Amino acid sequence: MSATATVTGTTAPTRAVVPSEIRRTGYLLIGIAALAALLAVLVPSGDSRIRISTSADALQIPIFAVPGKVTAIVLTLVVVGLAAYGFRLTQRGTRVPVWVVATAGALAFVVLLLLLSAGKDQVVPITGLLAGTLLLGTPLVFGALSGVVCERVGIVNIAIEGQLLAGAFAAAVVASMAGNAYVGLIAAPVAGLAVGALLAFFSIRYQVNQIIVGVVLNVLVVGITSFLFSTVLSDNPNLNSRLGLPVLPIPLLSEIPVVGPVLFRQNLLVYLMFAIVIALQILIFRSRWGLRLRSVGEHPKAADTVGIDVNRTRWRNTLLGGAIAGLGGAFFTVASGLAFGKDMTAGNGFIALAAMILGRWSPKGAVVAALMFGLSKQLGQFIQQLQAPIPPQFLLMLPYVVTILAVAGFAGRVRAPAAEGVPYEK
Amino acid sequence: MRLELRGITKRFGTFTANDGIDMVVEPGEIHAILGENGAGKSTLMNTLYGLYEPDAGQIVIDGEPVVFSGPGDAMRAGIGMVHQHFMLVPVFTVAENVVLGQEPVGKGLIDLRRARQIVRETSEMLGFAIDPDAKIEDLPVGVQQRVEIVKALSRNAKLLILDEPTAVLTPQETDELIEIMRRLAAAGTSILFITHKLREIRAVSDSITIIRLGKVVGSATPSATESELASLMVGRSVSLGVAKEPAQPREDVLEVRNLVVRDTHGVPVVNDVSFTVASGEILAVAGVQGNGQTELTEAILGIQKPASGSVVLRGESLEGKGVRERLDSGLAYVPEDRSTDGVVGEFSIVENLVLDRIGAAPVSRGGALDMRFLRRNADELVKEFDVRTTSVDRAVGTLSGGNQQKVVLARELSRPLSLLVASQPTRGVDVGSIEFLHDRIVSERDKGAAVVIVSTELDEVLALGDRIAVMCGGELVGIVPGGESRDVLGLMMTGIGPEEARQRAAEHHTLLGEADLEAEAEAGAVLDAPAADAVDAPATESSTTRSATTTSAGEENR
Ligand SMILES: Nc1ncnc2c1ncn2[C@@H]1O[C@H](COP(=O)(O)OP(=O)(O)OP(=O)(O)O)[C@@H](O)[C@H]1O
Ligand SMILES: [Mg+2]
Repeated sequence: MSATATVTGTTAPTRAVVPSEIRRTGYLLIGIAALAALLAVLVPSGDSRIRISTSADALQIPIFAVPGKVTAIVLTLVVVGLAAYGFRLTQRGTRVPVWVVATAGALAFVVLLLLLSAGKDQVVPITGLLAGTLLLGTPLVFGALSGVVCERVGIVNIAIEGQLLAGAFAAAVVASMAGNAYVGLIAAPVAGLAVGALLAFFSIRYQVNQIIVGVVLNVLVVGITSFLFSTVLSDNPNLNSRLGLPVLPIPLLSEIPVVGPVLFRQNLLVYLMFAIVIALQILIFRSRWGLRLRSVGEHPKAADTVGIDVNRTRWRNTLLGGAIAGLGGAFFTVASGLAFGKDMTAGNGFIALAAMILGRWSPKGAVVAALMFGLSKQLGQFIQQLQAPIPPQFLLMLPYVVTILAVAGFAGRVRAPAAEGVPYEK
Repeated sequence: MRLELRGITKRFGTFTANDGIDMVVEPGEIHAILGENGAGKSTLMNTLYGLYEPDAGQIVIDGEPVVFSGPGDAMRAGIGMVHQHFMLVPVFTVAENVVLGQEPVGKGLIDLRRARQIVRETSEMLGFAIDPDAKIEDLPVGVQQRVEIVKALSRNAKLLILDEPTAVLTPQETDELIEIMRRLAAAGTSILFITHKLREIRAVSDSITIIRLGKVVGSATPSATESELASLMVGRSVSLGVAKEPAQPREDVLEVRNLVVRDTHGVPVVNDVSFTVASGEILAVAGVQGNGQTELTEAILGIQKPASGSVVLRGESLEGKGVRERLDSGLAYVPEDRSTDGVVGEFSIVENLVLDRIGAAPVSRGGALDMRFLRRNADELVKEFDVRTTSVDRAVGTLSGGNQQKVVLARELSRPLSLLVASQPTRGVDVGSIEFLHDRIVSERDKGAAVVIVSTELDEVLALGDRIAVMCGGELVGIVPGGESRDVLGLMMTGIGPEEARQRAAEHHTLLGEADLEAEAEAGAVLDAPAADAVDAPATESSTTRSATTTSAGEENR
């Protein structure tokens, strides 16, 4: 028919101009490497005593000592290698995978550990630290997953903190009433769902600004739980008893050194977390539910024109997200064997939010980021035990400092779901 | 499918956008709807697709009255729609978009193999190929539109609504779309087709319904001439084409020197472009969309930073100058995409009309907006530019597409200017208003402004350009005098230099060029041939032989 020659407007790239957010990751990596090197230089001579086995292991590996300085230098070289690799990627304009930054950061922490433990009597329980990391990361993972589900459907969930707290409260009280910790795992998601329902109600039905609703809900939950804590619960201590979920070691798997105790000698809540992470990772990207969920968060009008009920989809998934965060709240009480305490979630919901962004709105990424925060928390606690000459307040700041650095240096301008926070009207 | 609309009425508040519309679309018929901006065409289509509920009237499909409570219902009844703004999720793949809402499922997950197969089968049936795994945001608009068509057909659409599908297409893409429409109609699909381009209507439609002010005012057959159609639509006679005096270029106003703009990957999207535009002259920049025109205009405005080269306004380099300073030195700018860059949708017409002037008298005095001035300004401009609205306080986002465009132009042309840079100035505007807007642009030229018009519309390029620059792949292929033949321009748009293009134009020619020349020949009998469309002698000779071949080709395709 016609003499059509399709024209494309581009020719081969000449000199690559790297987007700033990618370049920033490169600088972050160089910063980590420099920090590791500085710490390594400061490591005193003498050995660090390392324990791998836990007391419950069938196969015991004895405590051994590593030369602090040499190990620190070796690890620093690995960090430098990772940083160099990552930096090269950024120079070519490629995104650095999360694991590179996470590993480099984790190793830098280990160097710090060596710095503090070399030449001292205190033993560094590697497996214990890792198990602690997972434990401290658990509520963050739940919170971040809740954020992923809600934001993918287009609802900003700032109320994660409130959902965690409501879950923690409900788990403690209901488990105490029933005298069974497992009942707490049913109550917690229901409480989180209720907070999610309020979020959905105001932001979908009345189209109130979602960030404001979220903040208000957080304040509301803190207020209600604190009030009940200091009135009803303090009058009836039996409503807030310390019930713990038993550890359920998985036969055989739990005997693998390091990995076993960390991953497979846990309580039901942690196993539920594994299941939810895997399920969400697959379903969000490959199931019908996930495709519709994402379409509603990206381009609700397009979803509407193919017959998907936008607001109903948003309602359902906001409830689901609330329930997930609520379940995570159970970590603070029944899963840790603690009674409910005022405001005991202590900002975990906000770190979870950062983990979600850092993980680029994917369950997988959120888990990696959440565990990184868990690790920084765990190390902060451990270093405190080492009685290092660092004021404890600084160590308590560690997770938050890491959050800020990570979000600023790594997340950069990642792309949120396009219709996030925008109410849908026909 | 046989579609019948009976007395469809749709009101927005007290305003009646559709008033008792009766219409019949036969199976396998391409039915065009023609009407001015704001006549109610999109409203009618949205009602038909279940996005609006009619206040009165009935939709009858194959003799059965139907009621749609949402687009899902319309889809199930066999109606598909390609919207003026595409309804595709940009971060999804083609396959995901096509199956969204009716996903094939196997083992609990989406069966992507089946989804890809649906895309391939449907697109093959239509005679083109699409990569099912390509991401929508990476595809050119023309391909995105095909994805929309595939999406509608894979849902067994028996009636396809196309709302201004060609507004964003290049001439080649339009050619291809017309081909697809013919195939579909031949296979029994009915098509409702909205466009402001009369030539397309005449080329492809079987019947034409004309809507004015929400009412059906008549129907026509494709044998009607363009001017007949135009006057039916507007309700007065319209002259197609601009009657403009030859340019009187004076001193150079804009000088672009060796300009290079790179995208975020470092690829040059404007590559070593140099030209000058004089006061009292219009330079039209032609080219297929996405060949650097956007970046060129943005670099002139100052929202893109050039990698090298310079932009000089009245002998003064603009380097380091902000957008504000450039606007203050008499630059007016019409962006190519009105909804994202041209207006603030939530703001009223009053506010949008002064967006670029707040902060200085007469718009603001003593730090506060002078509301009396704003309203007077809005009343005057709305009247002058014939913006169809119920009130100047309406949010611009609720205006019809063409009327939004008029608001942008009204704003930009309402202050003294020394340089006008306008991209797609009449996109989505009806023929009556195009006539007015073109006259306004020419009068700015005659008042001494230098004008740069970027358009993918050859009609517009030919109507306005005193000289025509053609861009391809970020480079300036050449600058030719206004009134160059359509075929030569078409060839230059593929990157062929002017000399060679002229040689080749004698041998090859495009369908569009043919259809155009055919229309021109007919129109010429009724109207005086517009000056800008005058072609030189050898081209006219070949055009007569060409129109003959088109007619026969057209008949084969029906
Ligand atoms: N949501 C709305 N609220 C109020 N008025 C509206 C709304 N949508 C459309 N209108 C008005 O209805 C009239 C018809 O608009 P419509 O979009 O159907 O015009 P159109 O014929 O498609 O015009 P164009 O050719 O410019 O696209 C216009 O005057 C418009 O301002
Ligand atoms: Mg319209």
